[in-house]
Amino acid sequence: MNRKMVTTVLIYLLISLLGLIMLYPLIWMIFAALKPSSEVLTSASLLPSQFRFDNFAAGWRLVRPYTFGKFFMNTFFLVLSCVVCSLVTSLFTGYAFARVSFRFKSFWFSILFLTIMLPATTTLVSRYVIFSKIGWLNTYLPFIIPTALGVGNGGGFFIYLVAQFIKGIPKELDEAAKIDGCSTLGIIVRIIFPLCKPSLFSVAIFAFMWNWDDFQNQLIYLTRVDLYTVALAMRTTIDATGADNWGAVMAMSLCSVMPAIIMFFCLQNYFVDGVSTSGLKG
Amino acid sequence: MSRKKIQSRANLIGYVLISPWIIGILCFQIWPIIHSFLMSFTNYNLINIPSFIGLENYTKMFRDDIFYQAVKVTFKYVFIAVPAKIIFALCIALILNMKIKGIGIYRTVYYIPSILGSSIAVAILWKALFVKDGVINALLARIGIEGASWLGNPKYALFTISLLTVWQFGSSMVVFLAGLKQIPSSLYEAASVDGAGKIAKFIHITIPGIMPMMSFNILMQTINAFQMFAAPYTIFNGRGGPINSVMLYVIYLYQHAFKYFNVGYASTLSWTLLVLIAGTALTLHLIEKKFLNFDD
Repeated sequence: MNRKMVTTVLIYLLISLLGLIMLYPLIWMIFAALKPSSEVLTSASLLPSQFRFDNFAAGWRLVRPYTFGKFFMNTFFLVLSCVVCSLVTSLFTGYAFARVSFRFKSFWFSILFLTIMLPATTTLVSRYVIFSKIGWLNTYLPFIIPTALGVGNGGGFFIYLVAQFIKGIPKELDEAAKIDGCSTLGIIVRIIFPLCKPSLFSVAIFAFMWNWDDFQNQLIYLTRVDLYTVALAMRTTIDATGADNWGAVMAMSLCSVMPAIIMFFCLQNYFVDGVSTSGLKG
Repeated sequence: MSRKKIQSRANLIGYVLISPWIIGILCFQIWPIIHSFLMSFTNYNLINIPSFIGLENYTKMFRDDIFYQAVKVTFKYVFIAVPAKIIFALCIALILNMKIKGIGIYRTVYYIPSILGSSIAVAILWKALFVKDGVINALLARIGIEGASWLGNPKYALFTISLLTVWQFGSSMVVFLAGLKQIPSSLYEAASVDGAGKIAKFIHITIPGIMPMMSFNILMQTINAFQMFAAPYTIFNGRGGPINSVMLYVIYLYQHAFKYFNVGYASTLSWTLLVLIAGTALTLHLIEKKFLNFDD
């Protein structure tokens, strides 16, 4: 009994300590955002010697002639368009895979699996050439159009996730609606859509995060500063960073991760459900 | 309605619903793969009219020292970061599965680094923490250890990047936790009745029970690791780090495609990457089939 208690205490100590180590970099980032620039890199102490809230104001104007307000608006526009497109496509395509028994379905389903595993980087160069030929560079179309067609960030994964969820919904529900004369579109919109909301929440969350973090594509498709996303703007700040504005850079770093963190805490349960029901790439 | 009619109606509905996705696959996945295969035999540079140069890009690649360096660094990174991340995720999942109180809080805490994903803020954070006169070394100095140049020394630079990957073990852990929950407790009870010890239960019930999650995690993490880009690109300013010790494959690919505009050569590199990843995934699959197919 006694030995068991000691083990339990040790385990709690161990996982708490580990949790602290895991969070330390983030806690450090929060305080670093408030430190004077000269202190950011060199000071071992977590707390700033003086709280510099003006780091945020300085950071906001770090990439001239625009402010981070512009970059946040750009990113929200880009990301939310992709979220909406992901939702619509994964709902309709997922319904087809879960409920409609069309010919060669198993063939297309194996294609779906292959596209989930296809490493996006291997087609990076060709996609760039294709988009540059049709004049889509420096627009948000290379992000939105593939997402609307179910092959953007996480595309195949979302379709699979929603299809699996719809398979779990009792078939009697849509059959009853069909007998009552409901069209396929009506069944999807009125019956399936409200019932598969949990899986759509997961899709929305992951679409938001993965598009927000999609630095690589943003880097190659967007070169005009007025179209910059937060990630691109962040990158130019550290290019130009001398020792004098690290405080401002850390302040903007903190701002740039806030949307993901806030969303995580608001929608935590959907997060865990989404990851654990069908696994996750990240 | 006749059976045939029902089937053709299902075909119509099915294909109408998935047709956007099929168009997407054809335009943005299958065509780019074919396109890059064709481009890999040309000297295309975005401006010229591509002309066929046979296998020249491939022979150039096999004589390219930096290519070999990039392959070496990438494999090294994959074989350090992926097993470390998976083992870590599994161990923590096993601990959290031991009916720990407040498991939700721990799960959240461990998951938070993962939600930041490949964001640039994390790369900047890592740079600030691990730079020569940075925070980690200041902390080490406090306990009397002289820190190294974590990002500047070719011995440690790749290790520091791997640490970033391992730090984000949360998503793998959640997958394992879900797998552990699915193992029916009746199996453990039956084993106890048969007199099985803790270790026997672990080997014969727990491990086979989470095998699907294990292979899923290993496969996805390996595919992702081959494509590591954003953090090292940001930390080392788009270059390969100290004496190219962090020249990951995709960074090299990016340099050729978007810095020198050697689209032809970059296509060759793209195809080679696809073959490398597919080969590694297949090898993993075969190993798994051969060694881990016990019990059933």
